[in-house]
Amino acid sequence: MSFSATEPSIRTKWFAGLLVIGYAIVTLIPLLWIIATGFKSPADSIAYPPVVVFEPTLEGYVNLFTDRTRATEQMLDDAGPPTTWYEQIARDRGTVISGPSRYGERFLNSVIIGFGSTALCMILGTMAAYAFSRFKVPLKDDLLFFILSTRMMPPIAVAIPIFLMFRNLGLNDTHLGMILLYTAVNLSLSVWLLKGFIDEIPVEYEEAALIDGYTRFQAFYKVVLPQAATGIASTAIFCLIFAWNEYAFAVLLTSGNAQTAPPFIPTIIGVSGKDWPAVAAGATIFLVPVMVFTILLRKHLLRGITFGAVRK
Amino acid sequence: MTVSPIKKVAQATPVPMARRIRGLSDRTIAWIFVAPTIFLLLAVNIFPLIWTIRLSFTNFRVNRPNNDVEWIGLRNYERILTDPGIWSTMQATAHFLIWTIVLQVLIGFTLAFLINKKFKGNDLWTTIIVFPMMLSPAVVGNFWTFLYQPQIGLFNYVIAFFTGADPASFSMIGDVNLAPWAIVIADTWMWTPFVMLICLAGLRSIPDSIYEAAECDRASKWRQFWTITIPMALPFLMLAVLFRGIENFKMFDLVVQLTGGGPGNTTTLTSIDLKREAFERWRTGYSSAYAVILFVTVFGLASIYVKALNKVKER
Repeated sequence: MSFSATEPSIRTKWFAGLLVIGYAIVTLIPLLWIIATGFKSPADSIAYPPVVVFEPTLEGYVNLFTDRTRATEQMLDDAGPPTTWYEQIARDRGTVISGPSRYGERFLNSVIIGFGSTALCMILGTMAAYAFSRFKVPLKDDLLFFILSTRMMPPIAVAIPIFLMFRNLGLNDTHLGMILLYTAVNLSLSVWLLKGFIDEIPVEYEEAALIDGYTRFQAFYKVVLPQAATGIASTAIFCLIFAWNEYAFAVLLTSGNAQTAPPFIPTIIGVSGKDWPAVAAGATIFLVPVMVFTILLRKHLLRGITFGAVRK
Repeated sequence: MTVSPIKKVAQATPVPMARRIRGLSDRTIAWIFVAPTIFLLLAVNIFPLIWTIRLSFTNFRVNRPNNDVEWIGLRNYERILTDPGIWSTMQATAHFLIWTIVLQVLIGFTLAFLINKKFKGNDLWTTIIVFPMMLSPAVVGNFWTFLYQPQIGLFNYVIAFFTGADPASFSMIGDVNLAPWAIVIADTWMWTPFVMLICLAGLRSIPDSIYEAAECDRASKWRQFWTITIPMALPFLMLAVLFRGIENFKMFDLVVQLTGGGPGNTTTLTSIDLKREAFERWRTGYSSAYAVILFVTVFGLASIYVKALNKVKER
């Protein structure tokens, strides 16, 4: 066994480990509670004392994806016996399914706007980052600072004129409008992060390619892009998560057509009162993908959240 | 050390020649590459900002487009700065800012310090701790209202379990005295990992050799902590505070879902107040002036802070 003055003792490690794991478990409880509540029946979800062991049901998910009305005798006679398991669940509560809810659409909007803005942001961001990294751009530092400073504005402050501008251009409550907006908001992050990643690629690779007869464009996409692939991928995930989570612009600028899931999930209500299992089910479907992405991102997390200011 | 043939060729070729080879000049390419980004930012960020500044000198109201728009000079600014309501909003914001930063720095730094003891599996647990901050604040904030329910809420149950109070006797988001703490707790839960990650980077940046030297000089662990760990991690800590400060000054989504600014105005942070003025009372000119004041405040405070940060870094 090697002895080092800086290596903590076994006992210290155990102590530190236990405290950290304790904190991690406490911090996970609200998230586990969301997931668990999604599988509870309405009665279990509001039981006192809170129940940890319960009979799981998909009622929350059925309620999330459907609109239901209270069934009258007449309606039940007309509808005949339930043909699917989800109709059965609705019937058990004395309701009939009257159609799909809007959650599906809202979720799809989140996907379209999230991926659309991420794609656009990566195209523009990579180009700008490459130029800032490799060329002498006049006023480079000012431009870079300008790009960063756009992130300091409270979203509500710019929302007023954006609202007016979008209304004049017919972009209010459209996918295109939201994609452009989220692209602009994320550009500062992507330019700063990508510049850091491209800075790390030795410039000699491209120069060699240029001598081999590549044009700048060819050198850019045949040499630099493959080298920067991991950096681009992790930046893309950051942009995606941001656009996915964004709430302020979404709630102010969209209402029907292009509304994303975050403003919608809190508005879910049941036939009688707040339907917490349905809310939790909606939140679970929405949050779990982000947790998976977080695991994929873990090596670049620090860089992403500090705009590349801190690199491990 | 061997130099790769690619490098040799590259070094042998004079730079200007490499640049002259075929295609557009670098300068043109640089502009083609940067222009779309700058254009989009000008259109979606700077143009609206200038528009906001212009509107802030008028009495324009979006919901009455047919009214005459009058140029009223600085009157909006006067009204805002003399409005006692604004100061209570500022107080709520200050309470939120100070307490979230204090708690997040204390807990975040402690966690980073413990994780830096390199126990087995620390990577896995770090990733788990990071989860809350990656999630949608609005969705999570909405769910916290469920945890905070009197009687049935998990939070109330746990507090009651440990203190013996009746879980139905207090409402975290309905009580004037508790609501400001409800938002502090939820924000701390969500954003402590952020501070932790930055502190961890700071602690890992301290070379072992310094501690070894201190050990040779028989400096106590306590002394090492205060004379090596803290000063060397300080720039990172300050950076974390800067990021949290700016973010929480803009705070909207989490709090608006949690309390909606209530009860009364106890948790009406500036962004929430601004949203009410602009999108509920539709006082567009007035709220534009409000937005400008906020932006100047953030920008001013941030630049003073960055100056201080640079001084600490130089030491």
